[in-house]
Amino acid sequence: MTDQRQSDRRDEVIDESLRRVYEEAVEEGIPDRFKSLLEQLKQQDSDQGRGK
Amino acid sequence: MSEVDPRDELVEHLPAMRAFAISLTRNGAVADDMVQDTLVKAWTNMDSFNVGSNMRAWLFTILRNTYYSSRRKSRREVSDVDGVFTENLAEKPAHDGHLQMTDFRAALGKLKDEQREALLLVGALGFSYEEASETTGVPVGTVKSRINRARKQLAELMGLNEDEAMEMTDDATMSVLSASKVSSF
Repeated sequence: MTDQRQSDRRDEVIDESLRRVYEEAVEEGIPDRFKSLLEQLKQQDSDQGRGK
Repeated sequence: MSEVDPRDELVEHLPAMRAFAISLTRNGAVADDMVQDTLVKAWTNMDSFNVGSNMRAWLFTILRNTYYSSRRKSRREVSDVDGVFTENLAEKPAHDGHLQMTDFRAALGKLKDEQREALLLVGALGFSYEEASETTGVPVGTVKSRINRARKQLAELMGLNEDEAMEMTDDATMSVLSASKVSSF
């Protein structure tokens, strides 16, 4: 039916835009603070003797 | 323990985590704080991660729980700090089928967090309804109805139902016009 086709088309347009919003956020990249946080956590653990 | 530490995988998921956080909160500073909290929680609770299962879904669960609990604590919407989302939705969608991204973002910002979240997981990230249900901790039916409502609302805000409405209006207008022409002339 036309109604179904129109709402499928509508959903495609919306999903396409959603993916764009998400992709643009991915493309911003990762601030250095997160990588240094992970290194810090790792350092803390090895100081406490985890992983021996 | 000589196995690979799943903590080493965290870095791979950082871009997806941050993009999901930004898309959900529409606020870079809030998103980054969420991601930071999530990293620490994930790191310290890695023992409760079921190795071999979907780490991204597990991280998203922590991420969104972090968001909702901080939202409850602050008792105010963290949205629209940048004022971007109060812009008028005056512009019509482009007729080439692409939505104006500024308008789309604004419309997305008007949805309830829970609706935007479900829509992002399924529509943008390709989660199945079941995965979205696990991540958000609500039944599949609730995920589906949130998504349906979100799509409907977005379509209304973006004027996506307009073509259909226009056709009807055009016919109606034409008949009214021709009728009035007939009667007034």
